[in-house]
Amino acid sequence: MLSVQDIHKRYGDHEVLKGVSLEAKAGDVISIIGSSGSGKSTFLRCINFLEQPNAGKIIVGGTEVLTVPDKNGALKVQDAKQLQKIRTKLAMVFQNFNLWSHLTVIENIIEAPMHVLGLSRAEAEERARHYLEKVGLNPQVEAKYPAHMSGGQQQRVAIARALAMHPDVLLFDEPTSALDPELVGEVLKVMQKLAEEGRTMVVVTHEMGFARNISNHVMFLHQGRTEEEGAPDQVFDAPRSDRLRQFLSGSLK
Amino acid sequence: MFYGYGGVLLTGVWQTIQLALLSLLVAVVIGLAGASAKLSRSTPLRLVATAYTTLIRGVPDLVLMLLIFYSIQIGLNQVTDALKWDQIDINPFLAGVLTIGFIYGAYFTETFRGAFISVPRGQLEAGHAFGMTGAQVFRRILFPQMMRFALPGLANNWQVILKATALVSIIGLSDLVKAATDAGKGTFNMFYFMIWLGAIYLVLTSLSNLVLNKLNKRYAVGVRGAQL
Repeated sequence: MLSVQDIHKRYGDHEVLKGVSLEAKAGDVISIIGSSGSGKSTFLRCINFLEQPNAGKIIVGGTEVLTVPDKNGALKVQDAKQLQKIRTKLAMVFQNFNLWSHLTVIENIIEAPMHVLGLSRAEAEERARHYLEKVGLNPQVEAKYPAHMSGGQQQRVAIARALAMHPDVLLFDEPTSALDPELVGEVLKVMQKLAEEGRTMVVVTHEMGFARNISNHVMFLHQGRTEEEGAPDQVFDAPRSDRLRQFLSGSLK
Repeated sequence: MFYGYGGVLLTGVWQTIQLALLSLLVAVVIGLAGASAKLSRSTPLRLVATAYTTLIRGVPDLVLMLLIFYSIQIGLNQVTDALKWDQIDINPFLAGVLTIGFIYGAYFTETFRGAFISVPRGQLEAGHAFGMTGAQVFRRILFPQMMRFALPGLANNWQVILKATALVSIIGLSDLVKAATDAGKGTFNMFYFMIWLGAIYLVLTSLSNLVLNKLNKRYAVGVRGAQL
């Protein structure tokens, strides 16, 4: 479904990713954990080319993103159309929601299905309402603007917006980090439901309990490398590396 | 009431409105291009745009207008002389529009540049991440959001443009100022017509304020108003 191979990323002389790979089969839920600065968000953003990796391969549903190296040594996308098409299969949920602030809830959700996938307004709205219900939002919110909603509601709208693309893989970039503690639960509950439905998800998160409960594979990133990975039981209960042990004892308090 | 100069004044008002609107159009186009150039990754583009805004904003409008208008005509004369053609006279209306547009394009460049960088990057990233093309991100996300930040500045610039059209009377255009001074001279009632002249500009700027307030409301959707 998604194969990310040996991603390297440099900012100037500082190498933030030193060859990180990931394989996701259909229905996999992969959590990426690690302290801040470990490169986990950068890695996720390289998957849909919001960051240009300096080396590596990204294959989505059997199609490899075609790249050529540019003069700064970053990989430049060869065919913008191809990337746009691949991005529609990789829907992203951002830490700061990034709902379009000039559009209402329903307009946010139908925007890309209509203008990127080419759905009619009626089809797109039907999808939008279906997914709003799925993320547990009252139909009355659809005419609201994001600024008038709580963070938890905004993030659930953002998840509905991602789902409305009918993507192959959902990418979550620290989806609960910007939320007030009492709002984290409502977003995690939605994500748990999606995981149980068998959706393929890659989740960068600080929520260890959540990573343990919903994922079937956990990657621990440290200083731009995968320090340790495996099934959640193994990673959380029997960590082999000192760094992971240190990290877990710090974050499980 | 206008001693038979009513028609002349009305033509002047219409000329001024046309001049201001077309100049606005030119200035907005130059402003968008200038702002894009200033924010682009290309160093030569940035340098050209910076030189343009620095020069234009640092020299009085009147000086620029004389400079651009007459220098274009003189340059054109030299070309036609060299080719042994008849002299081509520049259409003063067109020259006025291009000159004002070119001057105020520099102010719009700064307004748009500020507005572009005020749009949070995440808004654009979300567009790209959902497979939008660069043009779609610009048209459907960046532009409508940028307008919120640009409108107060644009409103200001528009009023200045409207008033700056008064300067074109010196390059021989029969705008509102020319019409009013003609009427004043013809009737020996200069003071009376100058009062009217000022009043008409005031009406024009007030009317445009109404339109701009409407636009402001339209582009401010989804923004939480300031709460005290």
